[in-house]
Amino acid sequence: MAVAETIDIVDPEIQARNAARKQKLMSAVVPLATAAGLVALWQLGVKGFGVPTYIAPAPSDVAATFVEKFPLLMQNFWPTFIESVAGFAVGNLAAILIAVAFVHSRNVERAFFPIAVFVNTIPILAIAPILVLIFGPGMTAKVVIAALICFFPTLVNMVRGLQSVSPQTLELARILSASKTEVFWKMRLPSSLPFLFSALKISATTSVIGAIVGEWVGADLGLGALIIDATFNFNSPLLYATVLMSSGLSVLMFTLVSLAERRIVRW
Amino acid sequence: MGMMESKATLTGQPIDALPAEIPAAALKAATVRFGTYTAIEELDLQIEAGAFYTILGPSGCGKSTMLRLVSDLIPAAGGDVSIFGKTTEQARLAREFAFVFQDAALLPWRSALKNVELPLEIGRKRNVEIPVGPRSPRELLELVGLKGRENALPHELSGGMRQRVAIARALLCQPKLLLMDEPFGALDEMTRDRLNLQLLDIWRETGTTILFVTHSISEAVFLGQKVIMLRANPGRLREIVDIDLPEPRQMKLRDTPEFNRYCGYLRELLETC
Repeated sequence: MAVAETIDIVDPEIQARNAARKQKLMSAVVPLATAAGLVALWQLGVKGFGVPTYIAPAPSDVAATFVEKFPLLMQNFWPTFIESVAGFAVGNLAAILIAVAFVHSRNVERAFFPIAVFVNTIPILAIAPILVLIFGPGMTAKVVIAALICFFPTLVNMVRGLQSVSPQTLELARILSASKTEVFWKMRLPSSLPFLFSALKISATTSVIGAIVGEWVGADLGLGALIIDATFNFNSPLLYATVLMSSGLSVLMFTLVSLAERRIVRW
Repeated sequence: MGMMESKATLTGQPIDALPAEIPAAALKAATVRFGTYTAIEELDLQIEAGAFYTILGPSGCGKSTMLRLVSDLIPAAGGDVSIFGKTTEQARLAREFAFVFQDAALLPWRSALKNVELPLEIGRKRNVEIPVGPRSPRELLELVGLKGRENALPHELSGGMRQRVAIARALLCQPKLLLMDEPFGALDEMTRDRLNLQLLDIWRETGTTILFVTHSISEAVFLGQKVIMLRANPGRLREIVDIDLPEPRQMKLRDTPEFNRYCGYLRELLETC
């Protein structure tokens, strides 16, 4: 009887909330525990088999280097960060404007879409040296490479987004005698935003790749340059720490875009 | 007609009551073609101002096409269409009619209130004179029974509520003609019944003319003072049936033999279209 009574007292709402909280906790704990387990396995493997540090450093070595060389890492972080952000801004802005032109005029699309596809098919590793030759070893070439890598996914998604307005919405615009400008600002542009953000999430990470590839080709500062430097000096712990830093930058960019999306696209 | 009644609008200009002889919409030998396909052929129709018309017909008879012709969404291949004596384009520019679509066609990023306000924003920067009815967007939402849901986004509302927002938006510019293309077609029967009664209230209160396309015979009889029956291939007028049932229409009317006699008659007519 006592058991039955205690069950009766439990509020189903609280129970549901507890279950939800538990679910939420588990969804965070499971991936974290898996990652920690893999890192531990890596540590044990490297130390247990006596793998030389220059071939594969243990996580503890990487962590030690990360702390020790943190000023150096940060010094190289900022140029890559600036190049990624600038490339992200330039590439996406260009893609958005060209998408608007495409939707506005079919002839513009016919003229330039094949060229856009062609540019997209050139491997970024092949075009990077060309751009460094043109723009020199400074930041400009890296920004251009990062912009180029962002450009195509955003162009394709933005065109689709601007065309995603439902036929009935366009009929409504006509009934209200809306001008082309009004249809664009009040209907086409807002309905393209979910598509745009899908593309921005892709370019948030690829812009970092573009900047790093640009730095490989020719730079003395930046995470890409540090990766090359560490590799040639067999400084594997520093190499790993730099890779960690690079992916940290990508995650940061992705998170910022995701946060912006959650604030803006609320439907 | 020197002593015509006039009432003031919000913009301060009096609108004169229209002489009874000007029809809300007049179609004279109106023809619509899509390529080689003739959707409507030589349709003659006079829509009396202030009345509630429902439009029935087999699928492919051009019911929706007719509404789109009247609302200047598609051009006539031949014949003539006028709204309150004006061309459809003039009437559209003056916002004399409004359209309620099958799908509510709300902008998903705008709240219910912002969706109702949309007609005020279109043309404002171009200094277009926008006719405004006596009711504010907020009052219109209240009229359709959505008080308290002003800030809800469309995806937070049910299908019936979304359609009511669309009706409130359509009423904002105080249209003299309201075109409705199966507005309740996607809703469950109980919601549909409730919205039918609400729509009749709105019609009586605003005095607007309504052209209401439907698939449902009982909905057509329940709502309409007149049922326009079209025939298919190509779309032509079959018959206009006067529905002589007691006003105001109430739910229990549907159980009366008179109501069912009209339904039976229209069903028979539909089978021979």
